[in-house]
Amino acid sequence: MKVIGIKIRVFVLMLCMLLPEAVLAAGEKADLVVIVADTRGLTGILKAWGTLYNESHLYFSLLTIVLIPVIGLVFGTVADIVMRTIGIDLEHRELSEH
Amino acid sequence: MDWLYVLMPISGVTIFWPGLVILGVGVGIIGGFFGMGGAWMVTPGLNILGFPMAFAIGTDIAHMAGKSLISTMRHGKFGNVDYKLGLIMLVGTVVGFEVGAQMIMWLERLGNVEMVVRLLYLVLLGLIAWMVFSDVSKKMRKDREARARGQEIDKLSTGIEWHKTLHKIKIPPMITLEVAGITCTAWLPIGISFFTGWLAGILGIGGGLIRMPALLYLLGCPTHVAVGTDLFEVMISGLYGAFTYTMKGRTELMAAVIMLIGAAVGAQIGTVATKYIKGYGIRIAFGLAVVGCALSIILKLLAKEIPTYKALLNNSSTVLVLGLVSAMSLYITVKMIQGARAEVAAKKK
Repeated sequence: MKVIGIKIRVFVLMLCMLLPEAVLAAGEKADLVVIVADTRGLTGILKAWGTLYNESHLYFSLLTIVLIPVIGLVFGTVADIVMRTIGIDLEHRELSEH
Repeated sequence: MDWLYVLMPISGVTIFWPGLVILGVGVGIIGGFFGMGGAWMVTPGLNILGFPMAFAIGTDIAHMAGKSLISTMRHGKFGNVDYKLGLIMLVGTVVGFEVGAQMIMWLERLGNVEMVVRLLYLVLLGLIAWMVFSDVSKKMRKDREARARGQEIDKLSTGIEWHKTLHKIKIPPMITLEVAGITCTAWLPIGISFFTGWLAGILGIGGGLIRMPALLYLLGCPTHVAVGTDLFEVMISGLYGAFTYTMKGRTELMAAVIMLIGAAVGAQIGTVATKYIKGYGIRIAFGLAVVGCALSIILKLLAKEIPTYKALLNNSSTVLVLGLVSAMSLYITVKMIQGARAEVAAKKK
């Protein structure tokens, strides 16, 4: 059990260290330029969002990666309900061939 | 018609939002159907809608994570995701990516490698397209021969059978992947994911386009499991990518959310369509997508070589990519509707 625990810790550590480079390799290198959101013409939630971006990229990033799966989950569930209402079976797939 | 345009709070550009929804639907359908992120389709689309390139990439990755989550959920319920395989492959992919990325940086220091990389990408796409169509043609020949002998067609037979040779490698530890129905050495998925990750790192792409055929032809995954498992990997790497790009201030969440509205519908259509389209139908459509991607790269390369026709060739490349997305989305949607109609009609009976 102890060995498995160590293996998992090493795996997670390696993932945390290597994943940033791996992901960066997937796109063009972003320039090191600080972009500031112009919040003067914004109101309400958009203003708050722009302000958060200007104040802390870390909080902004954390909120973004929390919101994306949550929104995906909500939209996915809504689309599920619509599909079920139509009458499509979303639990089974009979095809078994390659 | 001002209501059709929305101001993006971070990038400060005004965007035609129905365009974002349509783009989301298109890539949602194709991503859910083929099991890939589809950055090669989204980035030119976002660029056309008016996004600066720096924001186009970050926004694409953010939306990709959400879209892949929706598709993985659905594929998971169909039993198309081998989570064990996905997690094992994640290790190889990450290490391979790192080695590939470091290697390309080293090569860049030696000289301009952009053209070499693009050519390598083209060769690889050509190889994938050849594999897919050669596989399809072999499978059709096998089916024809079986029919001629009066035998029943083996539903589980495949055209290319390289995986059978690779499964003979018995280096411990051996693993059994229940969902994919494979027993092989653990080094096989690790090696394959390292190789595909390395290639993706060198080419500067997400990797879904390479991983999906590798899962099919080298590991021997059934088509639907290859699609679902690949999406699971795209989801994890996409979430991390969204974080790193947002930290650099290059993600427009509002655009990603608008695209997700379309992608939620599109991903459901694409994923549910895999219920009605046989494995080989998916492989043929995937092969066509690879050919389209290769043609768009050829046009981009020609645009660099022939400056007189640069604008024309670049525009042709974008039109080709978006035309391909529209045509494939339409085909998948029609197949999904036909299948759903038949299923609903059968239930009523």
